[in-house]
Amino acid sequence: MVNEVCFKNIDKDKAWKLDVYQSTGGYNVLKKILQEKTDPATIIDELKTSVLRGRGGAGFPTGLKWSFMRRDDPGQKYIVCNSDEGEPGTCKDRDILRYNPHALIEGMIIAGYTIGASVGYNYIRGEFWQPYERCEEAIEEARAAGLLGKNIFGSGFDFELHSHLGAGAYICGEETALLESIEGKKGQPRFKPPFPASYGLYGKPTTINNTESLASVPEILSRGGQWFLDIGKPNNGGSKLFSVSGHVNKPGNFEVPMGMPFSELLEMAGGVRHGRRLKAVIPGGSSVPILPGEIMMDTNMDYDSITEAGSLLGSGAVIIMDDLTCMVSVLANLSHFYMSESCGQCTPCREGTGWLSRVVHRIEHGEGRMEDLDMLFDVAVKMGGNYYEREGGRTICALGDAASMPVLSFLKHFRKEFEYHIEHKKCMVARY
Amino acid sequence: MSDASTVTIEIDGKTLEVKAGVMLIDIADDANIDIPRFCYHRHLTIAANCRMCLVDVENAPKPLPACATPVMDGMKVHTKSARAIAAQKATMEFLLINHPLDCPICDQGGECELQDVAMAYGGDVSRYTEGKRVVKDKDIGPLISTDLTRCIHCTRCIRFGEEIAGLRELGATGRGENMQIGTYIEHAVSSELSGNVIDLCPVGALTAKPSRYSARAWELNQYPSIAAHDCIGSHLSVHTFRSDTNRIVPIENSEINECWLSDRDRFSYKGLTSRDRLLKPMIKMDGQWRETDWQTALEKTFAAMQDTIRNYGADQIGVLASPNSTLEELYLLKKLTSNIDCFNFDHRLRQLDFSHQDQAPMIPTLGSSITDLESLDSVLLIGSNISKEQPMLGIRLRKAQKKGAKICQINHRVYDLRMPCEVGIAAHYRNLVLELAAVAKALNIDSSLLPHAANTLFVQAQILEKHSQIAEILKNGEKSHVILGNQAISSPYYSLVEIFARAIATSCNCLFGYLTDGANATGAWLTGAIPHRDYNGASQKTAGLNAQSMLEQPRNLYLLHNIEIDYDCADPVTALSAVASSDFVVCMTPYVSSDMQNYADILLPISPYLETSGTFINIEGRVQTFAGASKLKNSEARPAWKIIRVLGNYFDIDGFEFNSSKEILEEIERTIGEFKGDNTATITEATALADKEDVIYRCSEVNMYHSDSIVRRSEPLQNTPEAKEDRIHINADLAKKLNLERATQVLVKHGNKTIAMHLAIDDTVANDCAWTSFATATSKKLGPMYGVIELEAD
Ligand SMILES: Cc1cc2nc3c(=O)[nH]c(=O)nc-3n(C[C@H](O)[C@H](O)[C@H](O)COP(=O)(O)O)c2cc1C
Ligand code: SF4
Ligand code: FES
Repeated sequence: MVNEVCFKNIDKDKAWKLDVYQSTGGYNVLKKILQEKTDPATIIDELKTSVLRGRGGAGFPTGLKWSFMRRDDPGQKYIVCNSDEGEPGTCKDRDILRYNPHALIEGMIIAGYTIGASVGYNYIRGEFWQPYERCEEAIEEARAAGLLGKNIFGSGFDFELHSHLGAGAYICGEETALLESIEGKKGQPRFKPPFPASYGLYGKPTTINNTESLASVPEILSRGGQWFLDIGKPNNGGSKLFSVSGHVNKPGNFEVPMGMPFSELLEMAGGVRHGRRLKAVIPGGSSVPILPGEIMMDTNMDYDSITEAGSLLGSGAVIIMDDLTCMVSVLANLSHFYMSESCGQCTPCREGTGWLSRVVHRIEHGEGRMEDLDMLFDVAVKMGGNYYEREGGRTICALGDAASMPVLSFLKHFRKEFEYHIEHKKCMVARY
Repeated sequence: MSDASTVTIEIDGKTLEVKAGVMLIDIADDANIDIPRFCYHRHLTIAANCRMCLVDVENAPKPLPACATPVMDGMKVHTKSARAIAAQKATMEFLLINHPLDCPICDQGGECELQDVAMAYGGDVSRYTEGKRVVKDKDIGPLISTDLTRCIHCTRCIRFGEEIAGLRELGATGRGENMQIGTYIEHAVSSELSGNVIDLCPVGALTAKPSRYSARAWELNQYPSIAAHDCIGSHLSVHTFRSDTNRIVPIENSEINECWLSDRDRFSYKGLTSRDRLLKPMIKMDGQWRETDWQTALEKTFAAMQDTIRNYGADQIGVLASPNSTLEELYLLKKLTSNIDCFNFDHRLRQLDFSHQDQAPMIPTLGSSITDLESLDSVLLIGSNISKEQPMLGIRLRKAQKKGAKICQINHRVYDLRMPCEVGIAAHYRNLVLELAAVAKALNIDSSLLPHAANTLFVQAQILEKHSQIAEILKNGEKSHVILGNQAISSPYYSLVEIFARAIATSCNCLFGYLTDGANATGAWLTGAIPHRDYNGASQKTAGLNAQSMLEQPRNLYLLHNIEIDYDCADPVTALSAVASSDFVVCMTPYVSSDMQNYADILLPISPYLETSGTFINIEGRVQTFAGASKLKNSEARPAWKIIRVLGNYFDIDGFEFNSSKEILEEIERTIGEFKGDNTATITEATALADKEDVIYRCSEVNMYHSDSIVRRSEPLQNTPEAKEDRIHINADLAKKLNLERATQVLVKHGNKTIAMHLAIDDTVANDCAWTSFATATSKKLGPMYGVIELEAD
């Protein structure tokens, strides 16, 4: 059951073209919905049945999210696709944009129909030049074929779609910062409430979904929510794209059923490079807690299993580390990332990310002190909450939590390596 | 039990019935429960970025910011629980790690919100041992100093610009730790309200440049007072160090200035210590100025007045008083002048058209309260740059606009009012009348009620789309207001402007009001500081000359109270030659200038605003009394009322035995009693409109930083870009017509004066109009504020 949904046509020549997409039934379900004027509630029910959970990171059920929109209220509403794909390790949306842009377009039109939005925006990561061009081409094709624009399929339903290229800020992947950025403002998250469903883009009701979430919608609706659910397991419907990177022989994107054992996914990625021992895995993008390899080898790739194992599925970016990896240096790298990417708006994150990064950097360079370790843990908790005690962060958006989780988890699982570094002023492992 | 709109919550064990949806911090504030905060400010939108106000809400998975958490029924909140305190202390620690902690050399020390909260929530030793952030300071002009290393990124200053001042000057650039407050491209901020960020900034990142480092907060005495540079009467606190005014800050008053103050009101005090201050009475003898004592000076003044009365009659005395004079001063001047049968007494120094003065309402007022402006649906501003002339009203209109009010303006220039304008018409002073006539016509008013001069214009008026738009907007507003601003009142066609403005207001059922010059024009009308009426609008036996006529028909003796004739009158050239040609000029003045030394014969030093007590009546008709706050060292200046009282005694006039300004006010209250701030009037007298000619019409706006003698001497205000605006503005069409497209300097001929001025090509200016800023060193060399001029390349 691999490559069933977003990657359905991945092996076809010029998979991104409209005719290729249509040759496997593309846009049929949209046509059916529009012509039959399917009740939006039915669409939402189908999505609920499928248990499609948001692929952007938080795993919020998409059907439920759509149901928050008051479709019949007057005034403009928007559907926004989050193709910012900034989470380190994640590169799945890029391939959807490059190889299957029509699935996204169809998904967005259906979303627009369901929530009552006649305009959609696709916010594409600034560095994604080729994906952007593919999307633009696809939008042109769709428009020329009457799939976008006025009176689609003679149904009276109008829908316009615009691509918006970002400018290279991780924070603009956070949904409200993304809205600010589309509005032409500095990308800074908004305080919630109000949530985008009531006050979104330009102050209008807005739904924001990840690229993969939206691109999965046409296939789910054409083959049924139950079909999708059955690919995966209860509460973790469907298949999902995992971006496997790091010390593996064959890194790449893999669309596999939810619940697949991690070991199988690792095998699909060619196993650990040079046949070395698996040391650690970050299973859902750099913002989720790291897990030791042994734990991962006993875990399945779905939201619930990974949560149970002590981490999060996040964006599905699986970062593999072998036994030659120095955990201090990895954390120094990650912490530096969060320091650079904090928007600076709220105190704990603006000040905390820099603090963490500098201390870890100091340890990495042999200037650490033993008391730094407890302090790091404490600062991380005060900024982003304590993941292990189920206490949330203190910041406006989840970047604070995201910056703190690596610190907490590296110290939880690999504290010895940090102590070694402080004591001996060098790595515990021989590095590459 | 609580109904839908009220909920029951518990804060720190206290059960409260509160309105649903209100933020926790407001509820706590009302209940006197202290929650620390930095970014929250009750007049700004919620940013929730400092995280200092985190509190412990039962069943919430994390501490929540009280400033951004709406109350919900059954909520149980702990502001002092271990969890809340831990969260607050954590935020405090984050705020302090990069803060320089340089309180001993920081001007904010002792009145710093960060310092205060750190006392309660900060640790004594920092765990942060890394290098601290340093931010380069920026020069944002003469009013505000920046020490941005101290900034805690609360964004109050940014939100103020966007939300209150309507001008986004400060913003944050950079991300994360590199976020910095600044103007992006370094320049002096130009908002007329910029100084408010000094009060808003919770730390010492933005401090007052004119006063910083001169005293510690705890060394200052505080005296409440009333602002003296516009007709609003903002409440302020004068902070003095020893006897000098050290700085001025607003006193919160929700009905007038809320918690804001204009830069003019905040920084004008710097003019009080100008080297131009007149310290002792002076007398000119044989062309030489000599210091003298008060008795001699007053006796000479009395003698000169008596001589004039005896030799030429009291009608040869002209008395001009600043509209910034106190009620008490004006009352005594009226009492003095009318008792010696002199009716040439006026405060309307910047007025040119007096033809309808007999029909004017008893006192000019706004026609509504200041707060009511916020709830307007539409407003038509005529001859008003309200945001600069009355910055506090600009704030109110901006709020109305945000709520959907439609703002229209008919001005000589389409002003940037710091808010979107629905319709803006630019017209020079002659055409402005025609534009109004067209709006009136679009409203289909009953023209039979118009006097002849207006009726002919009405008949000719052509209705264009913009006129109909204004008409529709005013008609459709449930609460609309037509406001005549300072520039309308100064117009040579003031009477026609008022006739049409009133006709428009009546036909749309709008409020109607004025915005007057100075701090106390309303009080001046009430006390009879006008040639044609006595106190309280009562008739008097004869009418004297108005301000302009007194200068056009020079008098033998002038008594000038608190004015500089060449800056404060509508026609500086005529004014100067009138005083120069007279026999005797007495100046009651806080300052002396070289021009004054030329034309005056006696200089009597008076205590200016802040050094004297008195009363102003603001444009709502609100009577506000203040006491003196500071005193100039080595100065023999006296409150003006005392001087006038002595003159009254010399003239042996009954009822001049006052021992304090309070006694004068009591007498005013007895004589005048209750007064009505009723603007109703029927105007039929008008100055006829001159025939249209192919000429250039000069129109002026009093430069806000040259409006009176104190402001003109405040060095920090004079160093602002606004104060330096002294160019002649014409639009591109006119420039083309005159072949001046590439000119930077032009010769301006007004009356028999020709001077060179810098030229600005500015498409906000009306056609065939040359706009200048007034009461400046340049404008005093030209003819009246309004008039026909010639322009040619220099
Ligand atoms: C700092 C930060 C960065 C994020 N970056 C992304 C991103 O690049 N792409 C994405 O889809 N969601 C990102 N998210 C999650 C979005 O805020 C949002 O939850 C998601 O787009 C919702 O879509 P979904 O429900 O389909 O998952 C980010 C969140 C945070 C806090
Ligand atoms: S300069 Fe002052 S008001 Fe502005 S963000 Fe910094 S601390 Fe806040
Ligand atoms: S006061 Fe609430 S977050 Fe700043």
